[in-house]
Amino acid sequence: MSLLSIFLIVLCIAIAGHFAGRSKALSSANGKASGLHSLPAYYGTYVLSWALFPPMALMALWLVISPSVISNAITSTFPVEVQSLDPAKTSLIYGTVESIADGLRQLNPDQITEVSKDISLLKPLLAENGIALASDGEAYMVTSALTMISTQNTSRLLLSIFVIGISLLCAFYAYRKIEPRFRARNRVERFMLAGLIAASTIAILTTLGIFASMVTETGRFFSSVPPTEFFFGITWDPRFASAGDTGSAGQFGLIPLLAGTLYIALVAMLVAVPIGLYAAIYMAEYASPTLRSIAKPLLEVLAGIPTIVYGFFALVTVGPFLRDISAQIAGIATGDVANFIQAQSVLTAGLVMGIMLIPFVSSLSDDIITQVPGAMRDGSLGIGATRSETVRRVILPAALPGIVGALLLTASRAIGETMIVVLAAGIAARISINPFEPMTTVTVKIVSQLTGDLEFTSPQTLVAFALGMTLFFLTLGLNVYALYIVRKYREQYE
Amino acid sequence: MSNSVADTSTASSVTKKRDLNLKKRYAAERRFRAMGIGAIAIGLFFLAALLFTVVSKGYTAFWQTSIALEITFDEGVIDSAKKRVEDPNILLMANYPRLARNALQSQLGLEKPTKPILKQLDGMISNGVRVQLREMLLSDPTLMGKTQKVWVLAEANIDSAFKGQIDLSVAEKNRKVSDAQIGWIDDLNSKGLIAQKFNTGLFFNGASSRPEMAGMGAAIIGSFYMMLIVLIQALPIGVAASVYLEEFAPKNRWTDLIEVNINNLAAVPSIVYGLLGLALFINIAHLPRSASLVGGLVLTLITLPTIIIATRAALRAVPPSIRSAALGVGASKMQMVSHHVLPLAAPGILTGTIIGLAQALGETAPLLLIGMVAFVADFPLTPLDPATALPVQIFMWANEAERAFVERTSGAIIVLLMFLAVMNIAAIILRKRFERRW
Repeated sequence: MSLLSIFLIVLCIAIAGHFAGRSKALSSANGKASGLHSLPAYYGTYVLSWALFPPMALMALWLVISPSVISNAITSTFPVEVQSLDPAKTSLIYGTVESIADGLRQLNPDQITEVSKDISLLKPLLAENGIALASDGEAYMVTSALTMISTQNTSRLLLSIFVIGISLLCAFYAYRKIEPRFRARNRVERFMLAGLIAASTIAILTTLGIFASMVTETGRFFSSVPPTEFFFGITWDPRFASAGDTGSAGQFGLIPLLAGTLYIALVAMLVAVPIGLYAAIYMAEYASPTLRSIAKPLLEVLAGIPTIVYGFFALVTVGPFLRDISAQIAGIATGDVANFIQAQSVLTAGLVMGIMLIPFVSSLSDDIITQVPGAMRDGSLGIGATRSETVRRVILPAALPGIVGALLLTASRAIGETMIVVLAAGIAARISINPFEPMTTVTVKIVSQLTGDLEFTSPQTLVAFALGMTLFFLTLGLNVYALYIVRKYREQYE
Repeated sequence: MSNSVADTSTASSVTKKRDLNLKKRYAAERRFRAMGIGAIAIGLFFLAALLFTVVSKGYTAFWQTSIALEITFDEGVIDSAKKRVEDPNILLMANYPRLARNALQSQLGLEKPTKPILKQLDGMISNGVRVQLREMLLSDPTLMGKTQKVWVLAEANIDSAFKGQIDLSVAEKNRKVSDAQIGWIDDLNSKGLIAQKFNTGLFFNGASSRPEMAGMGAAIIGSFYMMLIVLIQALPIGVAASVYLEEFAPKNRWTDLIEVNINNLAAVPSIVYGLLGLALFINIAHLPRSASLVGGLVLTLITLPTIIIATRAALRAVPPSIRSAALGVGASKMQMVSHHVLPLAAPGILTGTIIGLAQALGETAPLLLIGMVAFVADFPLTPLDPATALPVQIFMWANEAERAFVERTSGAIIVLLMFLAVMNIAAIILRKRFERRW
């Protein structure tokens, strides 16, 4: 029985329970709703909740747990010498068995007996059904695959029986409890509150999930590459291993990637901070309401444009423009027309990322500047300071913690930005101080290590999680520090 | 006396000095203002440059050059042995591009062309003609032997040449279109047999390695599935979480932790969510790679903080008097929230949701990690089929080497920006229309 049909059956039981509960409540009060503790619909919803949620929770739990139980059971049917292989190869064999099982489902019983007698028939037969096997397969695989099919069928059958049975039982239990003085509304509201609490813990679960997945995969990476080599290595050269080869070949030095990330972020901040801050000051202190109402949303459009569009802009417009203009400058200065800025460079990526960050700086700072109390502004203007002096000597110092916080948040965005650098920064991992040459970033390498079909056992893939964890903690640190600064210094001026 | 004169003169000279200073200070003031205006102008200039680049490179992608050919379904070419009744494969495998070439050759009045000329003729017409003519013949077998006028797609380089995007001053061997082909284009143009037609393929075709046939149909469907999944998951969960935090949660360390957590999640780089999706949904839960379901789940996690933050702001904007009134007439707390607070906060919640969806629609990096960079030629029928997304399609086209893809990329960006503009304008209208001041 498919999961969808199980769900639909449970849903039908629940809806039927709703109407049954409602009418039982009404009839128990002799048809007068005023004789009931709660509105009649609450009695129905009470039965519905019981018939729906416990079985669904069971089903979710089952679906989470059963695959690992089944895979353990199947792995134990492998011959001993296969089981003693290293985990990577065992999981490869397990994958083969899975696809054989997929294929065997489409064959008729006669064909299956034939296949289990003669293993060489397996590959062509499955190929006819559109399933391509990497290897010819071995006899024990077919046995294991058959065990897998039967275990999965049993599991699914048990699941349907349990879920539907529990749904009926729960519905019956709830139905039995209905009487006029039963406080159905309070019970239903307790269900609802539980749902609300569950929803709010998803945020925590996400963080835990990020943390757990990063830590486990990074741990696997560090088991083949020592952490010191990763964190302090100055060479990035992860040679891609061929399938099945888990030997760590290549060097995974983080330093060049980190240097590129920070350098590009620095260039971006050098572009975004002055422009964004001046724009924010002008809009908060000088601009007429009309200008403000036009310029502010227009600048914020920049924040709504997807980063892939900025990447394309860097790739086809800004990069070639910088390259050509540098060639012309070189032509005028030295007579030799050679471009000293490459199309993909730190400057290109930083400049375009800076454009993207302008609205972040400007709208965050704008909010903070307008929050500075008007009395401070008036006081300064009243003793004869010009507007710019007021801004520089009174408002900016007062708004400084907020602005620093905003800049830190912006910096964390610059460090985590991916698509612009993927298209505009280049892929050469090297340490250089020349902004006209390509450098690469942590995010670029995460993408390039994980694009394409890869195994999740080689250090070449797992390094992406180590990079991701570095990125996560880097940005988390910046965010927490920004929050700390804002909280610590904010009170002074309020 | 002289002393007092000296005193007043020094006093007046001090005032004079301050006046001189004032000039300087006013100049500084003007400079400061100019910097502010300059900053805004630079920002707006960048916006204009970006939009101008995309639109100027991309608007031509919405038209595609087609050539009208008098195609003769020549039995001698398709099925010279007349065995198509026994072997239907003959009709599938037949050399349809040959028919198009013959038609083009006779239309241009070329007799006995040499091999290089034939090659250039082949280069005029898109290879998509194979499928187009085959479908025509399969749906109407009586066409065999007849002649019919058919508009077929021109090859990508011919398309570029016809749109005037190819620099003809470059030496012939350095450009992709030969002089002979240019001559033919002019010839066909004077007869009205070559024209730009609205490019429906851009919206409906799947991926293709040939620029003239590549479309973003599969990507649009993939993005649509993902938006749907995000909407049906992130909206209820986000609203439920915000209602709990705003209306029910006791102020303790646990709820404080959740709050800080949500604010931090909003600032986590999206690529980290991609890694999470890869580890959780693909490695552990064994969901299929490249499926829009996985993309939707990852985007849900990315969008949740945005929706929660917007919803909480909307809930906070509902005045406490509404709550007190509802509780006063005997509503339970849950009834107060669901009957009064939520409906009043709904416009704000919807605005936040639309903005969150728009953000999710433009998200690219996490989708690359869960394998949505796939060459998807067929439409995904369910969210479990391999699919791709609009921004990912843009990324893939941006990496193509052929220049005709630059036009397609910009065209796709225009479409993406249009979707985003519609969503954001809807959010603004919603806010303006239902905004209520208490």
